[in-house]
Amino acid sequence: MSGGAATAPLLEVEALATHFFTRAGVVKAVDGVSFRLSKGEVMGLVGESGSGKSVTGFSLLGLVDPPGRIASGAVRFEGQNLVSMRPSQLRRLRGKRIAMVFQDPATTLNPVITIGEQMRMALEAHGVTGEQATRARSVAVLTRVGIPDAARRLGAYPHEFSGGMRQRVAIAIALLHDPALLIADEPTTALDVSIQAQILAEMKALVADLGMALIWISHDLATVSSLADKIAVMYAGRIVEAGPTAAVLRNPRHPYTRGLLDSLPARAEPGRDLVQIPGSTPLLLSLPPGCAFAPRCPRADAACQVMPELVTERLRQHRCHHPLGLEVAT
Amino acid sequence: MKPASPIARFWAEFRESRVALAALAVVVLMIGVALLAPLVAPQDPYDLANLVLMDARRPPGFVGSAGYTHILGTDAQGRDLFSAILYGLRISLQMGLIAGSCAFAIGVSLGLGAAYVGGRWEAFIMRVIDLQLAFPAILLALVLSALLGQGKAQLITALTAAQYAYFARTAHGAAAAERGKDYIEAALSTPLPGWQVVFRHILPNCLPPLIVIASVQVANAIALEATLSFLGVGLPVTEPSLGMLISNGFQYMLSGRYWISIYPGIALIVLIVAINLVGDQIRDQVNPRLKR
Amino acid sequence: MLGHVIERVVQALAVMLVMSALVFVGVYAIGNPIDVLIGPDVSQDIRLETIARYGLDRPLWEQYFTFLGRILHGDFGRSFVFGMPVLDLILSRLPATLELTLLAVCGAALIGIPAGIYAGYRPDGLPAKIIMAVSILGFSVPTFWIGLVLIIAFAVELQWLPAGGRGDTASLFGIEWSFLTLNGLSHLLLPALNLAFFKLALMTRLARAGTREVMLTDTVKFARAAGLSEWTVLRRHVLRLIAIPIVTVFGLEFASTLAFAVVTETIFSWPGIGKLIIDSITSLDRPVMVAYLMLVACVFITINFLVDLAYVGLDPRLRKARA
Repeated sequence: MSGGAATAPLLEVEALATHFFTRAGVVKAVDGVSFRLSKGEVMGLVGESGSGKSVTGFSLLGLVDPPGRIASGAVRFEGQNLVSMRPSQLRRLRGKRIAMVFQDPATTLNPVITIGEQMRMALEAHGVTGEQATRARSVAVLTRVGIPDAARRLGAYPHEFSGGMRQRVAIAIALLHDPALLIADEPTTALDVSIQAQILAEMKALVADLGMALIWISHDLATVSSLADKIAVMYAGRIVEAGPTAAVLRNPRHPYTRGLLDSLPARAEPGRDLVQIPGSTPLLLSLPPGCAFAPRCPRADAACQVMPELVTERLRQHRCHHPLGLEVAT
Repeated sequence: MKPASPIARFWAEFRESRVALAALAVVVLMIGVALLAPLVAPQDPYDLANLVLMDARRPPGFVGSAGYTHILGTDAQGRDLFSAILYGLRISLQMGLIAGSCAFAIGVSLGLGAAYVGGRWEAFIMRVIDLQLAFPAILLALVLSALLGQGKAQLITALTAAQYAYFARTAHGAAAAERGKDYIEAALSTPLPGWQVVFRHILPNCLPPLIVIASVQVANAIALEATLSFLGVGLPVTEPSLGMLISNGFQYMLSGRYWISIYPGIALIVLIVAINLVGDQIRDQVNPRLKR
Repeated sequence: MLGHVIERVVQALAVMLVMSALVFVGVYAIGNPIDVLIGPDVSQDIRLETIARYGLDRPLWEQYFTFLGRILHGDFGRSFVFGMPVLDLILSRLPATLELTLLAVCGAALIGIPAGIYAGYRPDGLPAKIIMAVSILGFSVPTFWIGLVLIIAFAVELQWLPAGGRGDTASLFGIEWSFLTLNGLSHLLLPALNLAFFKLALMTRLARAGTREVMLTDTVKFARAAGLSEWTVLRRHVLRLIAIPIVTVFGLEFASTLAFAVVTETIFSWPGIGKLIIDSITSLDRPVMVAYLMLVACVFITINFLVDLAYVGLDPRLRKARA
């Protein structure tokens, strides 16, 4: 499933910029993000909160709420540019070819409507009508995502499910039309750790079975690494490092990625304190002119006052004036 | 880059809405002319010596026997309507502000008190207040002012009784939400007396919703007073508020002398709408769920 | 569920009892109705006899219990002014108020809710600003003033509609209704419009506020992400989510409209219970005042109860909690 660079990409995001025009000024939540994704490929989009990873996800679907909007760039999906598409056309793709799952299933599902009806609405939105057809499809997908006794649970309301089951229902709604691409925005963050692991395992199986491409948005490198073929790390609205998962984890080039890896508990040496990245995520309203990570970076110097370009080396990319060396070289 | 003071920030955001700014200007202007009515008005409409019956019910623009133009006409007693409106505004505003303040004081004390004592008393007080809120304010005010008789103090009592419950519920809701927060528990564990915690910590945090309610309730009190006076159970004839001016003109309306009712009515509406517009803007600004 | 219903019924009865005491003491403690009943030049004997006949010489608590006992038998006493049983008097006036109120509240909901949802859906557009401006007017301008303007405009100047009275009525279920005849309907229109104005503003604002908040939630975002059309999102998600506060207010407003009808009925000489209570207040007709207030309290408690049940119907989360 890895690679895929040779075939025509399913999704090609090019210099995407999504800005929020607020009272206090323009917030460049996403500022020139580019990546590609092939059929069946899994990409982990990693970053701290406020790095623009979720807004990137919403931008792909054209679901950015005002005062935000896509300022420039292109999102090519199955040969069509979604950015210039009419809203009605885009709606026909949403849920059908590209689906999305959100962080907190307690707020995504409508609390006053049965899940059966919510699934029926999602089916009817793309022309699947009729009591029998919608019911059969709903039961099939619910069973697929691991909900026992699905036929009987169609009449239940979201609050009658546990958190993990609720997220499974949300995933089932996203999968109703066998989408080619699923965007998952921190879908396990709100869940218990044991449930997280279950859902993660099931997502893996689903992706493999359905041949679906997946963008897994998370702040947690650990969950991403177990799932993704490749990783893109975002910081302050830009991709600072991208590449195959194994390579990025083994040899991070950007100091920020290094910092994220060092702060993972699993990687810490026993008996030593966890390493933290000093400082905190910058306010997007008052970014420094150069590299946004420079104020927190141990390797920063005068050169970092200028925004570094995204450097591509074979399958890997990084945006740093002073990249960490490859281990083989040291 | 941004002003640090929350009041300055609030004002900066407020200023962005031109409608709200204009409304605020109108409110200030109307309070101003009401205060200065004796200086601004061409006539003291309640000095009987000034009244000339021959000048009664004249249309706007009529030049009366006193030699000046009645720009809004005269009423059934020959009063200059413009002057009567200024004096009426004075009484209406006075009633609205006093009743609003009394309701604020009583309601907030009850609401905060209930949240502070907690337990059975809290449940009891809030139950009574919920019960009263289910009952329409206008009916309560109507019955009370009918029972108490006419007069300023009686009317203020009726208006206060009809409105304090809104403040109590809002204050209680906000205070109960604050109460659960850690910093209040921290403050309560210090040797500060409890009432100081209430006034220094809880009250300031409840103020935004209370200010919104206060602006709405002052407008409501003015409207309510006008309604009661219109129905004849509000102020006595010696205290002609805007509502009473409208009521007095009502009987002449069908015969085409519309101005006696219409102009006081317009003054009343402009006042209430302006207060509500200001309140609306504040509401939108303090609602955290609509923050951008 | 049944336990909940029983608890609420007991609560309602307790509230009614308290209300009856408050109303009785409040109304009876003030003024001397005897002056209304008989002229000042009547002899002392007749005066005392009248006082005794109405039980006004007894201590207050005794009067209260007599009153309570009578109420339980459906006897609210006789009107001092009309000289007929109060219950009959009120029941004869009730249909006029009911048809006025129903028309006003339903009309307000049918127009206000869609307008409010639209204004909440596109809060920055020009139509939303116009809707909000109208609603602020409706919210601010006192009912009596709108009534006056309506009369000037439609009755005096344009002469399209009558300014007062009920017009022709027709009988249904043995009760006279105005809305069944064309002439009656023309009489009904202006007062209903007058009464509806405030409700319309309230419904609009409520629906707008609810919609604005719901539109920002993940529920709406998720529904859009599933490809639902905007129309489906509004009709099937948003409407259901804002229904709960709207139903509450709808119920309470229906009851408070009965009270607001006082103003409208006075202006349009509409012979309903609102007009009756104003006349009773000015003539200190105690039994009518008491019965009216008890009736309003009763309507309120009933509607509160129904709203409570509607909650459970609308919000499945409450079903489990209260079962």
